Amino acid sequence: MSILSVFNQVEISHYIYLSTVLFSIGLFGVLFRRNAIILLMCIELMLNAVNLLFTAFSSYMGDADGQIFVFFIMVVAAAEAAVGLAILVLVYRNTRKTDVSFLDQLKG
Amino acid sequence: MLTLMIFLPLLGFLVNGIFGKFLPKAISGWLGTAAVLGSFVIALMSFMDLTGDTTIPERIYTKLFTFLHVGNFHVDFAFQFDRLSAVMTLIITGIGTLIHLYSIAYMHEDEGFYKFFAYLNLFIFNMLVLVLGSNYLMLFFGWEGVGLCSYLLIGFWYKNADYGKAARKAFVMNRIGDLGLLLGLFLIYDTYGSFEYQEVFRSVFAGSVESNAVNTAIALLLFIGAMGKSAQIPLYTWLPDAMAGPTPVSALIHAATMVTAGIYLVIRSEAIYALSPLAREVVMWIGLATSLMAALIGLKQNDIKKVLAYSTVSQLGLMFIALGCGAYTAALFHVITHAFFKALLFLGSGSVIHGMHHEQDIRHMGGLRKKMPITYLTFLIGTLAITGFPFLSGFFSKDEILVSAFAHNKLVFGLALIGAGITGFYMFRMFFVTFHGTYRNTHHSFDKVHESPWLMTLPLLVLAVLSVIGGVVNLPHYLGEGISGILHHTLNYDGGGKFSPILIYPEHAPEIEHTTEWLLLGMAVSVFVIAFLHTRNKYVVQGAVPEADSAQTGMGKVLANKFYVDEAYDTAFVSSLEAAGEVVGNYVDDKAVKGLVDGVGSGSNGISRLLSKIQNGNIEYYLVYMVIGVALLLAFNLF
Repeated sequence: MSILSVFNQVEISHYIYLSTVLFSIGLFGVLFRRNAIILLMCIELMLNAVNLLFTAFSSYMGDADGQIFVFFIMVVAAAEAAVGLAILVLVYRNTRKTDVSFLDQLKG
Repeated sequence: MLTLMIFLPLLGFLVNGIFGKFLPKAISGWLGTAAVLGSFVIALMSFMDLTGDTTIPERIYTKLFTFLHVGNFHVDFAFQFDRLSAVMTLIITGIGTLIHLYSIAYMHEDEGFYKFFAYLNLFIFNMLVLVLGSNYLMLFFGWEGVGLCSYLLIGFWYKNADYGKAARKAFVMNRIGDLGLLLGLFLIYDTYGSFEYQEVFRSVFAGSVESNAVNTAIALLLFIGAMGKSAQIPLYTWLPDAMAGPTPVSALIHAATMVTAGIYLVIRSEAIYALSPLAREVVMWIGLATSLMAALIGLKQNDIKKVLAYSTVSQLGLMFIALGCGAYTAALFHVITHAFFKALLFLGSGSVIHGMHHEQDIRHMGGLRKKMPITYLTFLIGTLAITGFPFLSGFFSKDEILVSAFAHNKLVFGLALIGAGITGFYMFRMFFVTFHGTYRNTHHSFDKVHESPWLMTLPLLVLAVLSVIGGVVNLPHYLGEGISGILHHTLNYDGGGKFSPILIYPEHAPEIEHTTEWLLLGMAVSVFVIAFLHTRNKYVVQGAVPEADSAQTGMGKVLANKFYVDEAYDTAFVSSLEAAGEVVGNYVDDKAVKGLVDGVGSGSNGISRLLSKIQNGNIEYYLVYMVIGVALLLAFNLF
């Protein structure tokens, strides 16, 4: 019994429910939390929810395209996290805060 | 040669216009005069060639270049010098030379001296293009050109706002006439497929001889153009106001040459008018009405130039009567003699104004004959010529018009005779009040009045001689067959069948009996005598002085106010247009258009102010908007 077939033992709808829940948690976290670090984590969470869905469908359809996409997304997410954290460090150095609402000072 | 003749004045204009500022006045003036004199000499030589040598064609034709070429539409920039053009050219350049000469002295104090000569030369050039063009478009080119020069010269003393207004009035009135002319030209092209005189007249002649509606329409539209330029009812009111220009301008443009362009147009288009009796009737009655009305108004004018202006309008009306009767030679004859004596009278009045230090009101003159003998004498000759003193030029030409009117329509003859009689009254009135009686000016002492310099009196003398002997160009046949009707033969020359004639339909002398003709002559002379005796008695023997305009009553008041025509035009057109402009300006523009434009501006301003609220720099809000946006996009795609 291969790993793929293990995956297939769980119905596809469960994957959809799970990733929807994960995505929603991430989304609401982004919308309502103010701590920039938590924001970044929530974005990761949303990305990974999508990743999970990609893999699930890839397995279900017997098509490797979805898994290839997952790799792309992971690469982009890593880059995004690096840049995001770098910005955050700079913001912290300037303001001693990691609260994003403080950034409205950027407006003209 | 032809090209040189036309472009000499243009050269004069360019030199004076560009370098005039740096030239001494003497050079500017003589340069301008020499340019026109050169044209005159060439014109004279060409005319000799044309009439003397039977081997050369009836016209000298020169094509310079293609004016317009669009599809089938083709117009050449070409000139033709035929007998009609030749006569007009000689008048224009001949009188033009004398008036240039006169202007050297008359304008010598003016700061715009070189500009004046530049404008005069430009005018001569345009006038030559008008009469020498070989097609209707060239005529129109010159027509607009002289209109422009007229505008520039009427408003020459532009620092006086009233003069500027007079210039604008002349321009606008002429524009109305030009619209008619332009429509006529379109119709000609549409009907005959060409603007070239020769081709148009050939087509007209080859077509149905019976008058048709199109020919009548063309003739009437061309006449509207002539009304504007030649100051006929209802477009005549600009000419008296045009006296705002310097006096030489009035003499050259508004008496001798430009205003006769309308006559030239009708004679040139004889073939078209010949086919339309209706159009000729209209021409005749309009001419008659203008002649009478202007003569009546002239009776009560006190400005020496205004009297002459109304006299010009009246004489032009007389010429149109002749045209309406089909007497083209008589009309052209009167154009020639009128150019002589009216130029003389205007230059004479200029001499008076010069001698009186810019006084124009005849009520402030009087007794000038002692101080200005040459002006007095030449003015007397001019007055006698215009009023029809026997055997002076005006006598012959006016008589010829009256005879053709008699042959055509007895009523028209009677009214025209009355008009000619009134000429006597207003001319002698002006003459006696100006030169006889006692000096009445309180601003300048009589000792300061002086005769003009020789540069001004010389043209007066030349013109006086011409006014006396001008009649020889077309003597009536009762003076002997050999010497009579030179102009008639010139115009009705058919080239022995080899060439195309100028008048496609040759005119015939009106057939009236000799006794009748002598009777008509007697009537004309007796009208002259009555006018002379009456005015002499009133203004010399009794020493009456014309009343001021404000002191006039009854009919005199109406005449002094020029039949209230200007006021009527003001009410009918100017005020109503101004009222319409007011409405459009205050409501349509101010409320509707301005509201719309301002509304767009303030509306977008308001919206942007509203929208700028959501750009508050708060990342959380941006994220919410983004999520809402994505959700909306998804919703659109799904449902």
